[in-house]
Amino acid sequence: MAVFEKITIAKAINESLRASMEADPKVLVMGEDVGKLGGVFRVTDGLQKDFGEERVIDTPLAESGIVGTAIGMALRGYRPVVEIQFDGFVFPAYDQIVTQLAKMHARALGKVKVPVVIRIPYAGGIGAVEHHSESPEALFAHVAGLKIVSPSNSSDAYWMLQQAIAGDDPVIYFEPKRRYHDKSRLDTESIPDPLHKARIARTGSDLTLAAYGPMVKVCQDVANVAAEEGKSLEVVDLRSLSPIDFDTVQSSVQKTGRLVVVHEAPVFFGAGAEIAARITERCFYHLEAPVLRVGGFHSPYPPSRLEDEYLPGLDRVLDAVDRALAY
Amino acid sequence: MTVEGTAQRKNARGSSKRTTAKKATSAKKASPAKTRNSGGPEAEQNQLVQLLTPEGKRVEHPDYSIDLSADELRGLYRDMVLTRKFDAEATTLQRQGELGLWASLLGQEAAQIGSGRALRDDDYVFPTYREHGVAWCRGVDPTNLLGMFRGVNHGGWDPNSNNFHLYTIVIGSQTLHATGYAMGVQKDGADSAVIAYFGDGASSQGDVAESFTFSAVYNAPVVFFCQNNQWAISEPTEKQTRVPLYQRARGYGFPGVRVDGNDVLACLAVTKAALERARTGQGPMLIEAFTYRMGAHTTSDDPTKYRADEERAAWEAKDPILRLRTYLEAEGLVDEAYLASIDEESEALGKRVRDAVRAMPDPDDMAIFENVYADGHALVDEERAQFAAYQASFADADAVAEGN
Repeated sequence: MAVFEKITIAKAINESLRASMEADPKVLVMGEDVGKLGGVFRVTDGLQKDFGEERVIDTPLAESGIVGTAIGMALRGYRPVVEIQFDGFVFPAYDQIVTQLAKMHARALGKVKVPVVIRIPYAGGIGAVEHHSESPEALFAHVAGLKIVSPSNSSDAYWMLQQAIAGDDPVIYFEPKRRYHDKSRLDTESIPDPLHKARIARTGSDLTLAAYGPMVKVCQDVANVAAEEGKSLEVVDLRSLSPIDFDTVQSSVQKTGRLVVVHEAPVFFGAGAEIAARITERCFYHLEAPVLRVGGFHSPYPPSRLEDEYLPGLDRVLDAVDRALAY
Repeated sequence: MTVEGTAQRKNARGSSKRTTAKKATSAKKASPAKTRNSGGPEAEQNQLVQLLTPEGKRVEHPDYSIDLSADELRGLYRDMVLTRKFDAEATTLQRQGELGLWASLLGQEAAQIGSGRALRDDDYVFPTYREHGVAWCRGVDPTNLLGMFRGVNHGGWDPNSNNFHLYTIVIGSQTLHATGYAMGVQKDGADSAVIAYFGDGASSQGDVAESFTFSAVYNAPVVFFCQNNQWAISEPTEKQTRVPLYQRARGYGFPGVRVDGNDVLACLAVTKAALERARTGQGPMLIEAFTYRMGAHTTSDDPTKYRADEERAAWEAKDPILRLRTYLEAEGLVDEAYLASIDEESEALGKRVRDAVRAMPDPDDMAIFENVYADGHALVDEERAQFAAYQASFADADAVAEGN
């Protein structure tokens, strides 16, 4: 297969699904509108045409049913890749994910496996109506038995999804929908990083920014602006939220002495709180400043005309960087 | 031709029944709240598929005939007696503090044994948490069912060794797993079928509705076996539905039938037919086994608070085991010696269950961290190591204390 130069994340996911389906006849794609339409974001475009209705399954509009039947198919030996159309629509399936999917392997004392991958286009920034812009990742990361990942670029989107599908655990694969059409290099030939390994997206020495999914680009932009001001920021792309590669974050923070965690989800009880606590425990004597967090407010996701205020942007992250550096 | 349609036509054919049925139906319409669950109006009774009356008389049904050998009939009796004994023993063990909870099947033996014995080995069962009789039919050792109620595991058997999935406690969730599994069976081109058990209370759950939708849309080979035992903890069936449950199937596009759930022969015949239907590509079917839970929902509730003694007494007259025994005796298929041998086997089973429960070891501390993930997880590894070190610190302290 070719090395794709500059491809969108949406196309990378499509190629990833195609590669997984070609590699393993047990891989199925299922969800609302994933067939003829190719998904509301066209991520599954052309798959039904090439793999047929038996493997790319348009489902009734019933999220619990989609996940619940996917569990049943996994028990029969299939590897369903389920698409939840939007983040806010996952909640009707939350019960099946949390009470059934996450626990079944443990309940069966390891005798059954439920390798279901749930793809969720998530987070905001596309001017959508309510329930179409949420970041529920912490609600899933809190549940033992699930693995949570979120790619930030095309190469990761391509590889991480195939790794998620090939693994035997249930994985929630959060797709940064506002980055769907961003192009970046897809390398289909190099050996990819392990699924749950964090990546140093940019090296720096004064402060570490940790982010994942859609916020990685924001942090890279912040680092560029900060560089103009003479500050050297390191950007860690976490890639995985369950588990989190704390070793990589720890190494970075031991070098820089400062950490700012950035995510779109509300700060309260969020991923940032977990990272701040763990890194404080691991790096107490290396820290020059408290770990700061930048994220959403403790409010429902706002109407889209306000989302630029709600979402962490350059200025809010730079402000946190300045505060951390002022200690 | 739907099964349901056939049942309705049959009612229309029987002239005396027709009059009674009509009266009862109109009375029900005028006052739906009076649709009592304790046996139901005569119209509902008449819709029951029945092959063995409460008096132990063999009757025929135009759509569901069954011809069993003497051995098979005795086998059904044995299954029901042993299942009841196992259940009674488990209830006692709960009272003695050996089990944290027990969900008794008392009264539902015919529904479970009848449907369970209709299954082929390659069929797959998705039970709720009360299917001890079905587990028996699948060859799951009954002592394996007790681990979760004793608190040593969340389901101690390998679902694939008996094609009997783990008990599911969240009401109705398993109907979707059954449907998905059946969709997989269909994709494999296999001719086995899947059966999903649930109760009248579960019929109110969205997952059950969604499983009906999915199974109908994909024509999945799944049989929905609803044991309407009249009560969902303290809530009667009339708090779940305003139409007889089996009739719901029609709205999804597949047949539903109500069977006398205390008649093991009828349960067997109807389930066999439904499974055959599924196997031959005719899609799902709903069976409502009209039965009665004679005991509590679980050992933690008290049925005297929510239902009348007379109701239970009325259902005791329809006891599933007694009616088969009456039939077997009348036909000369069993004698005193045979019945005594079953009682003896039953006592032995009870003792085996008691001994097994008391001997059941607590799991190892480290079991907390086992099988959380199939491929491992860094946090679980870290916590396992921390906990092991913490536990080991007590051993070290003990060793120091002993050394002193």
